[in-house]
Amino acid sequence: MLVILLTGSFTGMVLALQLFYILRKFGSEALLGAGIALSLIRELGPVLSALMVTGRAGSALTAEIGMMKISEQIDALTAMALNPIRYLIVPNIVAALIVFPLLVAIFDVIGIFGGYLVGVEVLGISSGTYFSLMEDYVVMEDIMVGLYKSVSFGLIVSWICCYKGFYTGYGAAGVSKSTTEAVVLCSILILIWDYFLGAILL
Amino acid sequence: MIEIIDLHKSFNGQKVLNGVNLKIAEKEIVTIMGISGCGKSVLIKHIIGLLMPDKGSISIEGVDITRLDTKELDKIRERLGVLFQGGALFDSLTVYGNIAFPLREKTKLSKGEIRDRVMNALEDVGLKGMGKKYPGELSGGMKKRVAVARALISEPAIVLFDEPTTGLDPIIASSIHVLIKSTHKKYGYTGVVISHEVPKIFEITDKVAMLHNGIIIEVGTPEEIQNSTNLIVRQFITGSHEGPIEY
Repeated sequence: MLVILLTGSFTGMVLALQLFYILRKFGSEALLGAGIALSLIRELGPVLSALMVTGRAGSALTAEIGMMKISEQIDALTAMALNPIRYLIVPNIVAALIVFPLLVAIFDVIGIFGGYLVGVEVLGISSGTYFSLMEDYVVMEDIMVGLYKSVSFGLIVSWICCYKGFYTGYGAAGVSKSTTEAVVLCSILILIWDYFLGAILL
Repeated sequence: MIEIIDLHKSFNGQKVLNGVNLKIAEKEIVTIMGISGCGKSVLIKHIIGLLMPDKGSISIEGVDITRLDTKELDKIRERLGVLFQGGALFDSLTVYGNIAFPLREKTKLSKGEIRDRVMNALEDVGLKGMGKKYPGELSGGMKKRVAVARALISEPAIVLFDEPTTGLDPIIASSIHVLIKSTHKKYGYTGVVISHEVPKIFEITDKVAMLHNGIIIEVGTPEEIQNSTNLIVRQFITGSHEGPIEY
């Protein structure tokens, strides 16, 4: 949560600085709030949250399941006639599908307030302009794009991280390799899937 | 009864089991011994159904488990208790949670009944009052005791012990042997013990089988094995570095 709060607020703040610089060239500084909100809700919120969660929780998930594998805890579940997929993998995937959209929502809200802090308090845009144009330009469809992206990223991250842990190699080196592979693969797939989903939902 | 017939298994072209034949009678404790890396754990994983053989069969109570699907195999597994080499205790659960786990998941016992059985099991393995500890807080010997309690909690018909005393000091190893003997007397299970703790292991076992080069080269009572004229068996029992076993 702290990671999401920090990255969300600073992303919003940086966006405010950069967008303000660009919009000023066109004399459209008033669109700052709408620009920040649309960037965060449609794109940066889902992508950056997913990348942060991959680094923070995805790697831990792969390492934990990998350790369970090499210490025969998964074999122990099987030997007890229990399905390890149902006990270890399914709950994590379900949790990710619920938690990812919530984290993205928090990221977006914090980011918008980070942008407000810089845009209104530092750069001098009026508070009313910041929020009223945001209300005008952000529609339900934008929020749904963010939601679809966050749910699909949740599925990608939890699936890959569980899979890599479940089929880890031998010893600590095997777990370390699986964890690295999981993080790299998740990060790449998040960006690739973001493009294709973005293109479909445009 | 467990009957292993002509069991073969290779990994990446390397033959580990090369035609294992072994019969284990009901309520008997059989120890499978052999040098490190000879395939003892691979053999036990076949009995659990965690590995499938390249060739051969394993019958448990008359059912060839190599031909079963997962659902049917799970029915056989419900009759097994397994002590894994490293204990395989669930790190996220307490000692109590670990021992209670099979009962919570596989039976309809009430919380009170589960508590009574877990408390009795903890007393049986000499760990009364340790229920709230986590596996990470326990010594190697204590972990093995918890693993024994978990393997026996559902009173299985067959219990498989994969190196129950490896890495433990002689006194704790001896206490684990006594524990296997006393629980066998109490529950009357069929036991398969993987061990190279000779001659200590002879005190608790009815029969000993020596696995070497992927086959069972000799089976007999502890006395017969101790008096064996097979040079490989003799070298293994005496622990001599000179003999037909090459490293």
